[in-house]
Amino acid sequence: MREFTTEEIRQSYESLKAKTEKSGYLLNPDEEFTLGIVESLLTNMERYGYPLCPCRLTSGSREADLDIICPCDYRDPDLAEYGRCYCALYVARDATPEQLNGSIPERRPKNPAQESKEVTIPIWRCPVCGYLCARQNPPEVCPICGASGDRFERFNSIVKLE
Amino acid sequence: MEIKQVEGKDIGTIMLYALSTCPWCKKTKALLNSLNVKYSYVDVDLLTDDEEQSVEEELSHWTNQLAFPALIINNEKLLSGLKNRKLEKLWSQWAHERIHD
Repeated sequence: MREFTTEEIRQSYESLKAKTEKSGYLLNPDEEFTLGIVESLLTNMERYGYPLCPCRLTSGSREADLDIICPCDYRDPDLAEYGRCYCALYVARDATPEQLNGSIPERRPKNPAQESKEVTIPIWRCPVCGYLCARQNPPEVCPICGASGDRFERFNSIVKLE
Repeated sequence: MEIKQVEGKDIGTIMLYALSTCPWCKKTKALLNSLNVKYSYVDVDLLTDDEEQSVEEELSHWTNQLAFPALIINNEKLLSGLKNRKLEKLWSQWAHERIHD
């Protein structure tokens, strides 16, 4: 397995940070910790061909890992409920030091592919730019225009077969 | 399966199941190293499929949720490493009692 240089890791970190902040999210401000996760993401990218979550074990194929490719399907619900994602790479604006240090439960269903049920997902609308998104809660800030999440209005809902 | 041994003071059987990429697993190894205790560990993501399956089977006796780091103490209790403050305290207490014996 190839080792990444400090410059490569730093470059990848800076580009992830810029992308993250542009879409209204935040990386963990503990730079040393975050650089470590970025290095692990580079390793997984090399190992599997996609940035598998560094805190989870692969299920053996991209198809089986789709929900745990970083950023994972569970990031936003975890940000809303625990102030951070499973790894603590992404953090909420109002995250407390305790939230960043403690553990959070694994939200991923044990057998994601085997559970089949209908799920109702609300649709939220940004009143400033009209951006629509289907998710349990509005984003912290609108990824398009930057309006704060509390301004979003509930629009409708869709039913998805999981 | 290659289980790595780290030398140090023997305070009981400490087995750590970790992922080589997981920052919380790294923190747990660093904590064990700083306590200078003897422990064993295996990076589950670096194992072959068969080996990985046997680890999953082993861990299924302890928990129904495969999560890392998983620290098994004296074959009798499972701690989820450093990710939980309560467990961290419990573990530190356990380790310190034995280190200072």
